[in-house]
Amino acid sequence: MHTAAGVEARLPIRSDMDLVWVRQHVRQAAALLGFGLVDQTKLVTAASELARNTLVHGGGGLMEASHVGSSGVDGLRLTFSDTGPGIADLDRALSDGYTSGDGLGMGLGGARRLVHDFHVESAPGKGTTVRVTSWVRRPPRAGGAV
Amino acid sequence: MNEDFARRVAGHVPVLRLGDVLLVTLQGDLHDSTAHQLQQDISETIVRSGVSGVVIDISGVEIVDSFLGRVLAEIAAQTELLAARTVLAGMRPAVAVTLVELGLTLPGLRTALTTEAALELLAQPVVSSRSGGRREESP
Repeated sequence: MHTAAGVEARLPIRSDMDLVWVRQHVRQAAALLGFGLVDQTKLVTAASELARNTLVHGGGGLMEASHVGSSGVDGLRLTFSDTGPGIADLDRALSDGYTSGDGLGMGLGGARRLVHDFHVESAPGKGTTVRVTSWVRRPPRAGGAV
Repeated sequence: MNEDFARRVAGHVPVLRLGDVLLVTLQGDLHDSTAHQLQQDISETIVRSGVSGVVIDISGVEIVDSFLGRVLAEIAAQTELLAARTVLAGMRPAVAVTLVELGLTLPGLRTALTTEAALELLAQPVVSSRSGGRREESP
């Protein structure tokens, strides 16, 4: 109940100041949903990479955060969208070491490894939308093992 | 005016001199511009003061993304060209795990678990190789 309020958000990405807000929000939302410290760190880092892509390559845009649930497991979904030039060759953009312009290349491929689900839609001139989701790993129930 | 003041406060990392070493402590969430400013400040301070080592304490940093990682690696490379060595101290375990998964292993960057260990590392005589790792005695 109280989680939705702290998780759901639409944050603009227009400056490097906004990257700080994005990271802070994702950290808080992930903590609220019960992600462990390492998973929080991975999510915040992925969000930072993707938000910077939105800013630098997409010319600015938006991050939306939402709480998703599936068979009793909580997840955090982050959607980064821009209306920038888009990505012509997605496979290449996702490969390691690929970098365009500013040399901020770990972005897409690196961020993909830090989350559970990764989905990207883009076409030249149509902007880019990246949607990532991670799930809280519940510890195994007590009482089983010796 | 007010906003300008806030930006200056948030946008400045103090670079302290301790004898022959510069000590830089990063805290919290850094703006990109702050990181760039720091990069410049460290180089200028090395040249002005002639120190031989730089310790960057990142124990208060919750995340290192590829941007900050690259800035730290550039600081290390820069100081090397200015006849000084950089040691990154106190990286949090979660940050290390994340950096490796991100694919950013920062080769060539010397690390230490604490600031004290970093200072000890810098007090040791320079071994010819640029790449750190001087835990073993050479024969």
